[in-house]
Amino acid sequence: MLLLVVSAVTFAIFFLVPRLGGQTIDQLAVQYVGKDANPDSIAAVKANLGLDQPLYTQYFDFIKGIFVGAEYNFGPDPSMCNAPCFGYSFKTHVEVWPELMDRVPITFSLAIGAAVIWLLSGVAIGVLSALKRGSIFDRLAMTLALAGVSLPIFFTGMLGLALFTVQWPLWGDGVNYVPFADNPADWAWNLIIPWCSLAFLYSALYARLTRAGMLEVMGEDYIRTARAKGLRESTVVAKHGLRSALTPIVTIFGMDFGLLLGGAVITEQVFSLQGMGSYAIQSVKDADLPIVMGVTLFAAFFIVFCNLLVDLVYAAIDPRVRYS
Amino acid sequence: MSEVSKEQSGARVPGPASAPGEPVVSKAAGSAGSGGAGEPFLSVRDLRIHFQTDDGLVKSVDGVSFDVEAGKTLGIVGESGSGKSVTSLGVMGLHRSANAAISGEVWLDGEELVGADPDHVRRLRGRKMAMIFQDPLSAMHPYYRIGAQIVEAYRVHHKVGKKVARTRAIEMLDRVGIPEPHKRVDSYPHEFSGGMRQRAMIAMALVNNPELLIADEPTTALDVTVQAQILDLIRDLQKEFGSAVIMITHDLGVVAEMADDLLVMYGGRCIERGPAEKVFYEPQHPYTWGLLGSMPRIDREQTDRLIPVKGQPPSLINVPQGCAFNPRCPYADVPKDGITRTERPELKQVGAGHHSACHMSQEERTKIWTEEIAPKL
Amino acid sequence: MSKAKDAAVADTTGKDTAGEPLLRVEGLVKHFPVKKGLLQRQVGAVKAVDGLSFDVHAGETLGIVGESGCGKSTMGRLITRLDEPTSGRIEFQGHDITHMSAGKIRPLRRDVQMIFQDPYSSLNPRHTIGTIVGAPFKLQNVEPEGGVKQEVQRLLGLVGLSPEHYNRYPHEFSGGQRQRIGIARALALSPKLVVADEPVSALDVSIQAQVVNLLDDLQDELGLTYVIIAHDLSVIRHVSDRIAVMYLGKIVELSDRKSLYERPMHPYTKALLSAVPVPDPRRRGLKSERILLQGDVPSPLSPPSGCRFHTRCWKATEVCRTVEPPLIQLEPGHEAACHHPENAPDQIPDDTTVLASAREAIALVGDAVAVDPAVAEAGESAEAPKTVGTAKSEKTAGTAEAPSKGLTKE
Repeated sequence: MLLLVVSAVTFAIFFLVPRLGGQTIDQLAVQYVGKDANPDSIAAVKANLGLDQPLYTQYFDFIKGIFVGAEYNFGPDPSMCNAPCFGYSFKTHVEVWPELMDRVPITFSLAIGAAVIWLLSGVAIGVLSALKRGSIFDRLAMTLALAGVSLPIFFTGMLGLALFTVQWPLWGDGVNYVPFADNPADWAWNLIIPWCSLAFLYSALYARLTRAGMLEVMGEDYIRTARAKGLRESTVVAKHGLRSALTPIVTIFGMDFGLLLGGAVITEQVFSLQGMGSYAIQSVKDADLPIVMGVTLFAAFFIVFCNLLVDLVYAAIDPRVRYS
Repeated sequence: MSEVSKEQSGARVPGPASAPGEPVVSKAAGSAGSGGAGEPFLSVRDLRIHFQTDDGLVKSVDGVSFDVEAGKTLGIVGESGSGKSVTSLGVMGLHRSANAAISGEVWLDGEELVGADPDHVRRLRGRKMAMIFQDPLSAMHPYYRIGAQIVEAYRVHHKVGKKVARTRAIEMLDRVGIPEPHKRVDSYPHEFSGGMRQRAMIAMALVNNPELLIADEPTTALDVTVQAQILDLIRDLQKEFGSAVIMITHDLGVVAEMADDLLVMYGGRCIERGPAEKVFYEPQHPYTWGLLGSMPRIDREQTDRLIPVKGQPPSLINVPQGCAFNPRCPYADVPKDGITRTERPELKQVGAGHHSACHMSQEERTKIWTEEIAPKL
Repeated sequence: MSKAKDAAVADTTGKDTAGEPLLRVEGLVKHFPVKKGLLQRQVGAVKAVDGLSFDVHAGETLGIVGESGCGKSTMGRLITRLDEPTSGRIEFQGHDITHMSAGKIRPLRRDVQMIFQDPYSSLNPRHTIGTIVGAPFKLQNVEPEGGVKQEVQRLLGLVGLSPEHYNRYPHEFSGGQRQRIGIARALALSPKLVVADEPVSALDVSIQAQVVNLLDDLQDELGLTYVIIAHDLSVIRHVSDRIAVMYLGKIVELSDRKSLYERPMHPYTKALLSAVPVPDPRRRGLKSERILLQGDVPSPLSPPSGCRFHTRCWKATEVCRTVEPPLIQLEPGHEAACHHPENAPDQIPDDTTVLASAREAIALVGDAVAVDPAVAEAGESAEAPKTVGTAKSEKTAGTAEAPSKGLTKE
């Protein structure tokens, strides 16, 4: 199932992306050849890269490359692109895959850290808000949440940067990514502002969702039954209420998280983090098609993967789903 | 109930108030057929449950009193919005106090619950008093197995291991007539049929041998043949465990089969209360007459027309001053000496353990019932 | 409904004998396919309605009663052609409407109207009462005399609402009033046949009676024909002239009211009737022979073979398991589909060996007081002559030959 969806996605990408660039194949080839382009050298490049082949052949070559690697002939000497070969940049003459692998840790660090923060804070705030509906806490939290959903991330991110690197220079040197393996403390310390600004948006969203979900669930008959059994209110909330209210959250979390793994484009830009998002932006700007395709494919994989995971988790949570 | 009686009941400390003039099924009067078996297990005095809403104060329950003795069944009858379910939830202490204002007294086995520590009341819930609900599908958590839900109910009140509790759950499922209980214990609620679910619900409610069982419309969502099974089961279990039962329903047929005593509610108040036979055969309130006349009866010769109650039930925000039934009452114009429409009728004793709240004199009502109403039913 | 009307109906239509029925249903079947998997392969079918035949005569009320899942609501949607039947034939005033297309059926919609159960969800909350009740005129392009507004106000008056309610919205009304609005809408185009699916079951008792009386009055005034679908046997008895009892997609008994309630022939009908709680506390002690069916209704996905009731029937024999009993007239005006009917001669008298399952099919509730049937009968007749629930217990037990608990009292 997963493979089916991913291959459908790749296929779509492969056939759509080259057209979306608005470039002809000739123009592409010109990029390779460089300054002294003439019809002969262009034709040669096209032949070498297989650009003169029909699209489906190119597609199979591309897919083959992912599994067994591919050889690209251009310029003076042929170069090997090892499996998994996600393509080869026309511009920088670098393989896409290793470049991606360099950037994956940054994107993952950003996504995972932010996800932990927003899940914990969002769900906690949502539950408290629902239980103390109408209280000052609830109103305050919901106002803040409204701000969170409406403020764009480049604004909160910039604001965070301005406040904490300039106004109160807790991060005087700015945000510099340090790999986790090098120094976990520095890794975390440097990512706090990006995490928080990204999480601010999502916790706001999740707080609202959780609150709405909890309010609905706590009015259900089975909550009344749980109380009638003599359970403690905390058990009623946690075991009976929250479990039901979390079901829709799980679905949305899967989608959001998968999306983020493909690169938090704006956040990475704001904090100059060299993640997949900034890689994608760069490649689009440069019209470097193989990179665009490689990154899209990679991101698509994670989105599909996370959604599949959601379905599995959903079935584990809700026994009714298993039978339908 | 009047301010006076409220003061009286407030002044009394141990035991439920039962002032001489007070219109409750008092021990002295004795609910007919009870055999006068001492203290009632549950006594509710002047219970009021008001909700503050955006539209105004909703007086869902406005001064209701009753007793239930161990081994006896009280039927609470009324239409939607009459306050019958709210009353039962009030007895269970299931109204969260944020928007609900609760006053009055609920004496359960000698303990007053309205002013008691909520955690103490929680410990009584499910152990001394248990409840079953109308729709067993929505009343059970869809994500947990039937067995787990029964085990949970048992382990809140018993310090036992999961194994012991599970054995107990299987035993209860078997007792309520679920076939292959050791297998079905691991089923989810949606895998059961409606009747089976209600049986499982009953098993869950009775797992701690509660002395009071409140059944809120337990058969309304069920088919008639399944209803018969469930009523039979409740009756059997009551006989076996000797528990007190409160049966809340809109179906007079169901109460006639189950209840020893009857409480008829209208607009948040009790308008008639007494032994079931009295209320069915010598009803003393025009609303009770209306209910009896509204019902097509399968056990009588076909009647040409039903005799419905005209108009609509009152909104609980604007309960009419005086008698709540006044706007719909066909006898509202019968002269009542010196009583204005805005005066609220109190429950008055009309027979042994039989009370009703109507301004008309008892003679008048008896005359109307025997001459005008009864022959048409 | 009323006795006077009974007579009138018999006179004008001649009921079971001559005269074209208003609605004729033959072998009506509706299966809902159950699909599974990625390719939506059909793995079975819910046999919601599985071969119904009946007539509805002008001016009468046919009651359809049964438990949930028996297919009565599906039947209602089929005869109003809200759903298309899988097979069978529906004739309305002699025209075959079984598979009529949406365009062709439009004129029919004028003559056949439906009243729904839930007065809360069947009215569009954003439309005024005027728009809702007047909608049929627009849909059918009918301009009533004096204009739509005046006609709608007349209809509102007819169902006991005030014409001033014209500009109000559904949420301003209580359940009973909403059901009146639904009735007014159904009556807008002066239909000939009104199909009401559980018209009062969502209403409070006192309101139920108002609506039942209203339906009764409207029938007298407008000469309507009703098909009323309900699960409540007391309501059905009150409103119907003839009654069909359904079980698992089939009609098991079809009879005029009096004979059905006094002498039920199908064991299922008998069990159903005896299960109705009777609002009479004095009867509690007398109800020593209530028939309690055990278990649940089988799934309509795979209904039992032969007679569909045989899995729960205390009289079931081998023939019941293998041969489906046809719905045949056992008495004038009284049809039943049973091999071993009550209150009628046994159809297969040779087959006497009761199935093993039948021995545990029911429990006869013996109350604390074991009442001598003779005393019970006497007590009854003194009070309310000829009641159903307690009729002839000794016969039940005798013919059943079921050594169930109830027999101990014999």
